Amino acid sequence: MLFGRDAEQRYNRKSFLRMKVLRSGWLRWLVIVLALLLFAFLLFLVWAHRPPIAEITPPPRTAFAAAEIRRGENLARIGNCVSCHQSAHGRPFAGGYGVQSPFGTIYGTNITPDAQTGIGRWSLEAFTRSMREGVSRDGRHLYPAFPYTHYTLVSDADLRALYAYFMTRDPVRAEAPVNELPLPLKFRPFIAGWKLLFFEPDRFRRDPDQSAEWNRGAYLGEGLAHCSACHSPRNWLGAEQRSEAYNGGWSAGWYAPPLNETSPAVRAWTARRLQSYLRTGLSVHHAAAAGPMGPVTHNLARADEADVRALSSYYAWWMRDAPASNREPPLADRSETARRAHPAGAALFAGACATCHEPGATMMALGGRPALPLGSPLHERHPHDTIQIILNGLQPPVDEAGPFMPAYRDILTDRQVAQLVAYLRTRYGSGPEWPDLVEEVTEARENSAP
Amino acid sequence: MIELEVNGTSHRINVDPATPLLYVLRDDLDLHAAKFGCGLGQCGSCTVLVDDKPVFACITPIAALAGRMITTVEGLGTREAPGIVQQAFAEEQAAQCGYCIPGMMARAEALLRRTTSPSEAEMRAAMRPVLCRCGTHMRILRAVRRAAAMRGGGVTDAAEPVR
Amino acid sequence: MNAHLSRREMIAGGGLVVLFALGPQATGQGGGVEGQANGEGEVAPGLPGSLGQHPVLDSWIRVAADGQVTVFTGKAELGQGIKTAIVQLAADELDIGLDRLTLVTADTHSSPDEGLTAGSHSMEDSGTAVANAAANVRHLLAEQTARLWDVPVASLSTRNGQVTDGNGRTLDYGAIAANLSLHVPARLDIPRKPIGARRLIGKHLPRIDIPAKLTGGTAYVHDMKLPGMLHARVVRGPAEGTQLIDPDVAAMAGLPGVDRVVSEGRFIALLGRREWPLVQALRILGQLEWERPGEPIPTGDRAAVVKGLSPRVEPILDRQDESGGEAVRWVAARYTRPWLMHGAIGPSCAVALLEDGIMTIWTHSQGVNPLRGAIAEMLGMPPERVRCVHVEGSGCYGHNGADDVAADAALAARAVPGRPVRMLWSREQEHGWEPLGPAQVVELRGGLDAVGRIIAWNHQVWSNTHVTRPSRAGDLIAAQELGRGFTPASPRSLPQPEGGGDRNSIPLYALANARVTKHFLQDMPLRVSAIRSLGAHMNVFAIESFMDELALATRSDPVAFRLRHMADMRARTVIERTADRFAWGRRTPGTLRGHGFAFARYKNLGAFCAIAMDVEVLRDSGRVVVHRAVASVDSGDIVNPDGIRNQIEGGILQSISWTGHEAVAYDERSRTSYDWSVYPILRFEDVPLSVEVDLVDRPGQPFLGTGEAAQGPAAAAYANAIAAATGRRLREMPLTDDAIRTRR
Repeated sequence: MLFGRDAEQRYNRKSFLRMKVLRSGWLRWLVIVLALLLFAFLLFLVWAHRPPIAEITPPPRTAFAAAEIRRGENLARIGNCVSCHQSAHGRPFAGGYGVQSPFGTIYGTNITPDAQTGIGRWSLEAFTRSMREGVSRDGRHLYPAFPYTHYTLVSDADLRALYAYFMTRDPVRAEAPVNELPLPLKFRPFIAGWKLLFFEPDRFRRDPDQSAEWNRGAYLGEGLAHCSACHSPRNWLGAEQRSEAYNGGWSAGWYAPPLNETSPAVRAWTARRLQSYLRTGLSVHHAAAAGPMGPVTHNLARADEADVRALSSYYAWWMRDAPASNREPPLADRSETARRAHPAGAALFAGACATCHEPGATMMALGGRPALPLGSPLHERHPHDTIQIILNGLQPPVDEAGPFMPAYRDILTDRQVAQLVAYLRTRYGSGPEWPDLVEEVTEARENSAP
Repeated sequence: MIELEVNGTSHRINVDPATPLLYVLRDDLDLHAAKFGCGLGQCGSCTVLVDDKPVFACITPIAALAGRMITTVEGLGTREAPGIVQQAFAEEQAAQCGYCIPGMMARAEALLRRTTSPSEAEMRAAMRPVLCRCGTHMRILRAVRRAAAMRGGGVTDAAEPVR
Repeated sequence: MNAHLSRREMIAGGGLVVLFALGPQATGQGGGVEGQANGEGEVAPGLPGSLGQHPVLDSWIRVAADGQVTVFTGKAELGQGIKTAIVQLAADELDIGLDRLTLVTADTHSSPDEGLTAGSHSMEDSGTAVANAAANVRHLLAEQTARLWDVPVASLSTRNGQVTDGNGRTLDYGAIAANLSLHVPARLDIPRKPIGARRLIGKHLPRIDIPAKLTGGTAYVHDMKLPGMLHARVVRGPAEGTQLIDPDVAAMAGLPGVDRVVSEGRFIALLGRREWPLVQALRILGQLEWERPGEPIPTGDRAAVVKGLSPRVEPILDRQDESGGEAVRWVAARYTRPWLMHGAIGPSCAVALLEDGIMTIWTHSQGVNPLRGAIAEMLGMPPERVRCVHVEGSGCYGHNGADDVAADAALAARAVPGRPVRMLWSREQEHGWEPLGPAQVVELRGGLDAVGRIIAWNHQVWSNTHVTRPSRAGDLIAAQELGRGFTPASPRSLPQPEGGGDRNSIPLYALANARVTKHFLQDMPLRVSAIRSLGAHMNVFAIESFMDELALATRSDPVAFRLRHMADMRARTVIERTADRFAWGRRTPGTLRGHGFAFARYKNLGAFCAIAMDVEVLRDSGRVVVHRAVASVDSGDIVNPDGIRNQIEGGILQSISWTGHEAVAYDERSRTSYDWSVYPILRFEDVPLSVEVDLVDRPGQPFLGTGEAAQGPAAAAYANAIAAATGRRLREMPLTDDAIRTRR
């Protein structure tokens, strides 16, 4: 209650006493400016203030219709909610996953209906406000790591369904860890300022010139699925740059490639291929879903097929003018050039990678796994995806069975990973050589420590 | 010519530098504990320690190993003077066919070099990359718990599942 | 029983054991007489275990002049601990220390032919034979001494490799044996040691094979390294049923590191001094074109596919008792199982050497003698010039690639006489070519009377054969590839009482009316053979799931319902002990948590096993957490208690893996489960939190095979617990997270 009403009054009285002393000179003007600033700050606090919404008694499971819960489940999968609201060894929706931001680590909260540590005492109104305005039930502003900038587009009916779904999960008592942020950022009213600059509550508006499927895809993609949150660049305050939508962005140390006309893919992303990728975690014309995209496909594989089709056609539309949509280039395999340029990388590749990635490998010949040049990573502006996959490997994204790659984190040193990456870029990739690879590997290794 | 340090002994190896460590261990150095299982880094029966970390020897080219410290199960102890992990596996009779066990022991050793008091979830996650087909898992976990205790630590929560 | 032996006790011989007066079945021969022996025909009816086929004592036991004893068994160590159990039996019955004993396992040139190491028969067949042969030998040694000293045999006793008269006069076995022929048939009237005098049987003895396995000793055929040995790999299409299209064999010789290409017909092997170049060569050759001659593999609905494979009806049981009364209610259900893989962690391997006209093959085959016959036929050599020696391999779990790789090695070694050849399959070849456990369908129909008793039972099972083990050359892949007309034997339907696809299809429950029918499937679109427990996994899964469905229909407790239909006292004992230890019915499971129970006596001849499981289903993923599994097992006379526990624990986990996680994938052209990434098995995060095994010891009773006893009950207990947790019954294996989640 430092900034409660009493405190304000006490402070103001003291200021008046001092006025006499400072009646003359430049100090007087300073005091006036400070007072004005203070006043503006107080006004800001009043403006930023959001009241708590009354607690409710956690409703019983029977308070929600089964069909509503099922709809909510589908939406929660499309929203990939569980990725941030479940820790590595924790229960689904019990929170605890740390979202790495340039400012620090923000932990996903417990959104199970536990009365003490979860959202058990949240009314639909409180849930809706959090999704639409980024304000917690108790009135605290929520960090935009929680993508309410997208969720604000979600319809009333869908929010009701999501609410029904979350309120019928198994309640888990689990306190989310305390966010690791520098002191000024812990001051939540600042978030209101951020919102003033970068956030406007809104609702989805359909484009009458586009098909129903396109509109469905846009509604889901821009809203719950919040794809641009990773696939668009952000400014220095962490806000998505709308003018550069889908121009590629970052997620947990992985580069999320562009989903627009600058897509580096060497094979066209048709709606059909996207659908297959999003449903199975693998496009035989591109690559397997890796890194943070793995859980996305895990969830979409279990979401409504028509909704995933809508998402696919929407993003195929976004990428309709990408180079590969006009011409699919022949696949590069400059093995001799690469070997001469990076002999150490070549030896590492022959002993560590060729067993699976050369064309005669069973998983290629029989399993139809895509060849290395088909994946985007070796064609991207940044080496991060290539580095991340080598360091951390790949778990089957959708089912127990599926694309797998062992982690080379403990097998190769930073320098060796860099040699390998340079070799791969030359042999299969496109674009200029990546600079400072050793440093990039060192950083990626530190940031992705298990 | 690559110089490899295996179990504290230096060896000069003159083969294709892309050769995975597993074949050098088994065919050139007569160290049989690490086993060929898949050659794909999927089953972990070839696991050895490199600089105290568990690695799949079947996909680790010796070109990557100059100047690094390699430890195989032979380096943990002998039949006459078994190491702690080996003793623990023997005490628990943690083997059926036993083919995966050297990989399991290498994993366990790496875990216990990192911490002697892992949680149950941490222990299971650490052992996860090694496959066992006989279903010896319960004994293997018991052996790791025992080894942790023998090293002055212990597995902290004995009954928490990995979720 | 659980007392650990001190090191001194293990090595030295313990107390005096007197020799009892002879008489028929003085303390019981303790033989697994009802089991089917797998070796050649019985020549000495009445003698227990494999003594019936090999009655002559020195085929089992030889005593050297220095007192060292060599024991021979025709069975093989598969990691099930048979070596240790046989050593315990022999040392105890002979009254010698373990340091005096050497064990020789399956070897066509030295051990008795005991057929296959399969079907949980090793203790019944070989354990029984060795124990009785040892009792015979000990008695003969005493008789010889009695003659020498001119005293009644009953006045003598034995201790630690010596016969003694109790007055300080002793004679070492070695000295006696020098003048004693053991080339005599075993006698039926020689008793085994009295139970009270046992020193090793029933005690914990650490497995004798484990120390080498823990310290990098030469433990497996994979580890063999003979002077001048060449490494070898075989070149084939990606999966069984496929063939390479016109491969350029001459070009293969030019691949780096390939010293020699052995080729005949479609058989191609690459030989070289180093392994890695061969691995690389195989990968290059992976680009070769291939085809699948013959019919495409039928795909689609599993039950429809399986039931469409040319079934031939074989009645298994038709028990009709009209007095039972009328059924007032019928329940019916269909259960299915996919094709399953043995999936040993190490791919199959063999070492072969042709020297001085003898082809020696070191192999991890389960049947060195049948394999020898098949390979001799393939090579056109007389069987006595082919020697197959068992050396441990990785896992086993039935007929995997062991026999085929032995044939591959033999063909390769024939081309380089005098040089040993180590042939190793790749992981992808093991996944692609090993015979699979067959897919199966079971349809059950049960009638309940007014008081909730089962009065009608109809069990139909559809299955391929469960045995295509080598009985002749054509059963081996390599022989088929030679193009010399070797063809596989026609698929055999294994008869009851053991059965194949119908193994354990006859419920042990007291059912007045019961009909069991096997639909033996003659088409084999995928290569199949024996996998641990054969049809018992599927039939017990179905029967015990169905018992729960019937219990639910009558609102009965599943354990009480089983007991109400069970007359066999030993079965009742394991059921009751499991329920008691588990505290069945005394705790209410929480939300999405359930308790499941199942029972079977393996083959209705082997060990009795009841299992209870406590599982939790995670609401959002459908993942199953097995909190606890409790088993009670009656294996008859227990030789090594920890060996039994190990087998049951392992069986439970392996069965959870099969039942919950596994299915071989295939398309019209081939199998597509080519490695672990696409054929996942149980990993540590999915194993139970606790497994307890309770043993019912029956000293003096026959040994009952245990190695496969848990497969069926574990599968059904798992399914029943999931059904109890979710309220929905899953009848199609595997019971995956998604199936559980979406059916919930």
